[in-house]
Amino acid sequence: MKKLFVLLLTLALVLGSFAGCGGAAEDAEATEVKIGLNYELTGPVATYGQASVDGIQMAFDEINAAGGINGMQIKSVLLDNKSDSAEATSLATRLMTQDGVVACLGPATSGNFMATIPVATGNGIPVISASATADEGVTMDADGNVNDYVFRLCFNDSFQGVTMANFALNNLTAKSAVLIQDQSSDYAKGLAKNFVETFEAAGGTIVATEGYVKDDKDFNAILTSIAAKDFDVIFLPGYYQEAGLIIKQARELGITAPILGADGFDSEVLLQLAGADALNNVYFSNHYSNLDEDPMVQDFITKFKEKYGADPNAFHALGYDLGMYIADAIERAGSTDSDAIKDALASTENFVGVTGTFSMGADHNPIKSIVVIGLENGVQATSVKVDPK
Amino acid sequence: MKALTKKNLLILGSILLSFAIVQGLIMAGLLNAFYEITLATICINIILAVSLNLVTGFTGQFSLGHAGFMSIGAYVCAIINMEMRSTSGFLLGIFAGAIAAGLVGILIGIPTLRLKGDYLAIATLGMAEIIRVLFLNMEITNGAAGLSGIPRFTNWPWLCLFTVATVVLINNFLHSSPGRACISIREDEIAAESMGINTTKYKVMAFAIGAFFAGTAGALYSSYFYIIQPGRFDFLKSIDILVIVVLGGLGSMTGSIFAAILLAILTTFLQSFTAVRMIVYAALLVIIMIFRPKGLMGTTEINDLFSRRPFFGKKDERIE
Repeated sequence: MKKLFVLLLTLALVLGSFAGCGGAAEDAEATEVKIGLNYELTGPVATYGQASVDGIQMAFDEINAAGGINGMQIKSVLLDNKSDSAEATSLATRLMTQDGVVACLGPATSGNFMATIPVATGNGIPVISASATADEGVTMDADGNVNDYVFRLCFNDSFQGVTMANFALNNLTAKSAVLIQDQSSDYAKGLAKNFVETFEAAGGTIVATEGYVKDDKDFNAILTSIAAKDFDVIFLPGYYQEAGLIIKQARELGITAPILGADGFDSEVLLQLAGADALNNVYFSNHYSNLDEDPMVQDFITKFKEKYGADPNAFHALGYDLGMYIADAIERAGSTDSDAIKDALASTENFVGVTGTFSMGADHNPIKSIVVIGLENGVQATSVKVDPK
Repeated sequence: MKALTKKNLLILGSILLSFAIVQGLIMAGLLNAFYEITLATICINIILAVSLNLVTGFTGQFSLGHAGFMSIGAYVCAIINMEMRSTSGFLLGIFAGAIAAGLVGILIGIPTLRLKGDYLAIATLGMAEIIRVLFLNMEITNGAAGLSGIPRFTNWPWLCLFTVATVVLINNFLHSSPGRACISIREDEIAAESMGINTTKYKVMAFAIGAFFAGTAGALYSSYFYIIQPGRFDFLKSIDILVIVVLGGLGSMTGSIFAAILLAILTTFLQSFTAVRMIVYAALLVIIMIFRPKGLMGTTEINDLFSRRPFFGKKDERIE
């Protein structure tokens, strides 16, 4: 027992001295502005959080190297919420009440982001996510009121469904579609609902609706029944794990119709699972494309490769935009007062970012274009920008 | 029966005093919102750990499904609370959640508690997974996205009340005749049965009581953290609770309480060290288990340490 207490006491003292050092150094400089980063660095969705943080840090480094915001250096306070919504609440509270941040970025996923909303409202400090795409409960509360201190930089799931339906109708001149949807995710259900509504309203018909659940491996039964039908496109809302296998098995069965999906396809794993031969005539909507010839995007890709030695994905790009966006808002606000920053965020007009130019809508969702990427032999070959209506 | 013995008055006094001190600190603004969250985590974890200890530590039934019962309490309370946004709705939600969890505990306990050891662990694990998948697919629970916008009613006075009530009630249960029957099952099931104890009955009883309090903890959790998702109550959550119980000592209530406090403070402390926190946390668990393989407290309680008159299970002489 004694040994244990000695051990614990030593540990507590050591850690305590660390914490003490950190605290003292922070107060010393008044010429900096603190921004909290509350991200998923460990846990099941860590890849999203880490990619976002890489993008944000890159943006902050650039701004600091160029002299900071109105002469103030950005100091980011990075904390790991372990992909846990209760931890996200706890960290948001910590950042706002202990660390004195002027705004919080993240978390990357909708559920964890939503867990920080009441904290933001309670403390009057804005929270912004670049990738929380859930339709409901993010920028609006259940009664349809806008959450004043909550912003996001990405379009929501339903907008992707609508866009893909329009893409099928206009760009692929499709009249009939087959739906194969992931029954176990709300993301896929939201996409499917909006796709069907838009597609049918424009005179298209849904020939068949098939379902699967996460972790299914064999899709031959549903694909064989589809193969016998006459249709123009397949809409496949879901994630890359199953989508990769479905595309591979569909092509093996001789189904050559275009396959459409959403940002859940955006992963290297899709190529590994489906193989390059199967990934032809496949289109998915995304926030960002490396093929974009905009000089700003190409410049971003070059700088990103220099810094991290890899091609950026959508989360990196969204993170980078998020970092730039908050810095821009603080600069326009002209102060580090959270309410002034909130107003500057809300009144953003024509912000130019690597994921597109956007203005902040009245509902705190950005009005921005969406990119539809076409795959040829597993490589991103075409990208079409679809503007919001 | 003398309810107002010197000892009981002392306990009551110290509880009221610690409540008042914390409440005073909160009101004086010395304990800010962030420390309040740590405090809430501690209280919720104490309820979870003490109730799991009743099942695993005292009755000797290895359960890996505690998060399942917690999720039932959380969802029932959240649904009621979102309809009735008032303190009475909150209290109703807690009791409905706890009772629902207790009933499910009875229903699941009757068939599964015939199993022993590893088999029971797997069965309870499966049970918790079934509950999780049900919540994942039901309309009313809003599927994978979960429920958000749950009003926050849980605060320090309620947390304190429910935590103390849980500890006192489970402690009293353990000192009652059914409680001793539960401990006898842990010590030797065959011997207990041959002494005329209806082992199934007492096992189900302990299981249901454990589930009831896990439901209470879940209800408090849902009303404190605004949002609940089925993914939060997977088997890793059950393991987290089990870690507290094993760390504190299987069969020691005070051990569970100490471990819950220690781990919560530790995680809060390590938050600033993003990169190494999980390594330090895990390493510390390993170190404690090496130096104290029976957990921090073994099977002793805090009053045993002072009075040197252990009321049962003097030294750990359990037959493994």
